[in-house]
Amino acid sequence: MKLDAKIPSGDLSNKWVDYRSSLPLVSPANKQRQDVIIVGTGLAGASAAASMAEMGYNVKAFCFQDSPRRAHSIAAQGGINAAKNYQNDGDSVYRLFYDTIKGGDYRSREANVYRLAEVSGNIIDQCVAQGVPFAREYGGTLDNRSFGGVQVSRTFYARGQTGQQLLLGAYSALSRQISLGKVEMYTKHEMVDLVLIDGHAKGIIARNLVNGNIEKYAANAVVLATGGYGNVYYLSTNAMGSNVTASWKAHKKGAMFSNPCFTQIHPTCIPVSGEYQSKLTLMSESLRNDGRIWVSSKKGDKRHPSEIPESERDYYLERRYPAFGNLVPRDIASRAAKERCDAGFGAGETGQSVYLDFEDAINSMGKDTVAARYGNLFDMYAKITDENPYKTPMRIYPAVHYTMGGLWVDYNLMTTIPGLFAIGECNFSDHGANRLGASALMQGLADGYFVLPYTIGTYLSNEINKDKVTNSDSAFKDAEKEVSNKIDSYLTNDGKRTVESLHKDLGQIMWNHCGMSRNKKDLSKALNEIKELKNTFWSDVKVPGKKDTLNAELEKADRVADFIELGDLMIRDALDRNESCGAHFREEYQTDDGEAMRDDKNFSYVSTWENKGDKAEPILHKEKLLFDTVTPTQRSYK
Amino acid sequence: MSNKLNLTLKVWRQESSDSHGDFVDYSMEGVNPHMSFLELLDVLNERLITEGMDPIAFEHDCREGICGSCAMSINGEAHGPVKSTTACQLHMFHFNDGDTITVEPWRAKSFPVIKDLAVDRSAFDRIIQSGGYVSVNTGSAPDGNAIPIDKETATMAFDAAACIGCGACVSSCKNSSASLFVSAKISQFSKLPQGQPEQKQRVLSMVAQMDKEGFGHCTNTGACEATCPKDISMDNISTMNKEYLKAILS
Ligand SMILES: Cc1cc2nc3c(=O)[nH]c(=O)nc-3n(C[C@H](O)[C@H](O)[C@H](O)COP(=O)(O)OP(=O)(O)OC[C@H]3O[C@@H](n4cnc5c(N)ncnc54)[C@H](O)[C@@H]3O)c2cc1C
Ligand code: FES
Repeated sequence: MKLDAKIPSGDLSNKWVDYRSSLPLVSPANKQRQDVIIVGTGLAGASAAASMAEMGYNVKAFCFQDSPRRAHSIAAQGGINAAKNYQNDGDSVYRLFYDTIKGGDYRSREANVYRLAEVSGNIIDQCVAQGVPFAREYGGTLDNRSFGGVQVSRTFYARGQTGQQLLLGAYSALSRQISLGKVEMYTKHEMVDLVLIDGHAKGIIARNLVNGNIEKYAANAVVLATGGYGNVYYLSTNAMGSNVTASWKAHKKGAMFSNPCFTQIHPTCIPVSGEYQSKLTLMSESLRNDGRIWVSSKKGDKRHPSEIPESERDYYLERRYPAFGNLVPRDIASRAAKERCDAGFGAGETGQSVYLDFEDAINSMGKDTVAARYGNLFDMYAKITDENPYKTPMRIYPAVHYTMGGLWVDYNLMTTIPGLFAIGECNFSDHGANRLGASALMQGLADGYFVLPYTIGTYLSNEINKDKVTNSDSAFKDAEKEVSNKIDSYLTNDGKRTVESLHKDLGQIMWNHCGMSRNKKDLSKALNEIKELKNTFWSDVKVPGKKDTLNAELEKADRVADFIELGDLMIRDALDRNESCGAHFREEYQTDDGEAMRDDKNFSYVSTWENKGDKAEPILHKEKLLFDTVTPTQRSYK
Repeated sequence: MSNKLNLTLKVWRQESSDSHGDFVDYSMEGVNPHMSFLELLDVLNERLITEGMDPIAFEHDCREGICGSCAMSINGEAHGPVKSTTACQLHMFHFNDGDTITVEPWRAKSFPVIKDLAVDRSAFDRIIQSGGYVSVNTGSAPDGNAIPIDKETATMAFDAAACIGCGACVSSCKNSSASLFVSAKISQFSKLPQGQPEQKQRVLSMVAQMDKEGFGHCTNTGACEATCPKDISMDNISTMNKEYLKAILS
């Protein structure tokens, strides 16, 4: 199969504008007759649902939480990028494009990334108009901060709760369309299968999580906006319910999955404290603007940080990367922390943490200014650790945070299944092998507000003259039956292992062998371990309760089953990529001083996997990446 | 590291909305004081599953105090004893060895129990749908800096907008009033220029919807503000009342 990204021709800077004006239009009357299913109402899904309903489409939207306002996007802290150049520091669409391509270590498409940078400014305008209370300067204009991996100030923020405020903005727009009858909202519904008719995505099977009903929904097109799959590692900064199930079901029905092994490990999280740990808490990367990262220069130093004199502190990021210092991109900051801890210089009881210190910041700008910038983050830290970060440096360690990989999409954001689209974190599109801070919110909202509502017209304009799809088609009945059988099999399996314990095992395999650094030997071993785990899961999983009431274990069981299969694919992908790029660090491919060695000659492609069923191995397809505008160079932050 | 705790949990168990509920006691030994309250429930649930019993149903997602999913009264207080803290961010070092801890769902007519600690809060969504937005279609916005908003106003709007919609205010109010929740949204928009054109209609619709959902009236006892994990101020309720009066008088 040939992967056609459908990138429009022409000059990079005019591609999107020209293409958008040439897109087929669907007339208002015809839009009224088109139904679109949107699964997921985080930033990407809520913004798409609202915008498409405003345009006239009939939208059915789904989420598994009890309200769209609770999607994982709500937890984003630091901010959202946009090339507004309000700070007059030389920012531009081109610079945001360039930073994103470079930050992604040249593993994303130029055209997609340029478009992202181009629409970024409109996002801010839209959110302000919705009443999103962004931080402002005294003069009343919007304030910006800078973020890792760049040298301009282009990040817009709302205290440490940017995701919350942006999501509430999108949620309010969605709520308006619900009240107007243009969106039917199904909360507490989980998509458990995708339905294809003649090879096109024409609906979904959803489970009503409150009463267990298996329901069938038909539409002219289906959009997935179901977020990232970081929870494959068990411990991550993602919300507990974040999962890969919707994407995975689509993958098994023919949607190809790209770059699954590209996982972002965030450098500033609160370290693990015990066995019972259920998730990890992120401390926004914005802290690196004013905080300084260090460890003792003595191995195994158990002294309290206040007793370690300045001369015995190793500010290792400033030492290794003088130009960017504490603001190097995430992958580099995370690996550097791991390197120090593995070498025995780590802080704290376990030696698995480094200090993030605000003493200098407090001395130079005063405690009040520091509190105004980071107060809620400091409070959160204190709440969890029972320590006061104004006095004692924070302790941080990297944690799984974001997944760059996801469903392959073309320039129209359509997957390899006609009529199935993927937006937000669940697609693979814009961040290459490493995402820059504050760019996920930008991408989710770009996709949802400003890209998909137009590009979906390329598909829907051809649907106008076709017969209306209904859920009485036999494809729906078959899928429904399959889902019911599977649910029964979970409940009657009566094994000995809880879903949670199996998920933890999976997390261990993935973190130890397919985490911050990888090598062929461990990856090969992990592949076998996953296979065994899969067998154990199906023979020994124990799911309590009933199918017709709220049953969190049943929900989790199906999610973990999918995570196990995804884990297998991630490992295969990491094994295939015999280079180090972005977040993917293969120990065999590094320079003498431990920097990543990319191999553009052999690996300048998007790895794109085709599922061949449970019995056969997946097949790798390669979408070659072409760089017409930028020249891939070694990423240097020195 | 501080010492492990032995605790007794008294948890409200209720099979479904129409079945009868009751407290059930569970003893928990060797609890690590650094775990969160929800992790305590996780540990208990793992045990219940292994013993062949039905685990306790409770809502949760972010576990960072921001999504508003987690909702439970702990020892009679919404989200438990620590100020400005959601249940998911409540850590066990706030409890003592030997404590008996009562855990129950939000109690309010407008929040019917779904199962155990999980309640139906869809009334909140319907209130937002009735007017908690600015009617601006995608693509029609002016430049973000076109309307300056002074820093103080922006900060006040933010403070109101910080509500996480958990429902603690309703659960702690003896009248089961949703005034704090509703007023926070009204107040956010009343402070911003973007909210002005629809302000009158917004306050009328949202208050009407709140009444329709069966929430009680505010009698200014202040229990809502005291238990709000996000410190949403009761001043918002005064703002709402003022805006309401303005709307019906104009
Ligand atoms: C702690 C934290 C902080 C972050 N901070 C920032 C930041 O400062 N800046 C930034 O740019 N990015 C940040 N990110 C990343 C960013 O928040 C996410 O990438 C982004 O919000 C994802 O949005 P989304 O709309 O794609 O998905 P989500 O917000 O995850 O939404 C997924 C939606 O899909 C639904 N769903 C999922 N599966 C199913 C299913 N099977 N059936 C039905 N519904 C389903 C869910 O209910 C939900 O509505 C942060 C991430 C974390 C974890
Ligand atoms: S789980 Fe999100 S606020 Fe508690």
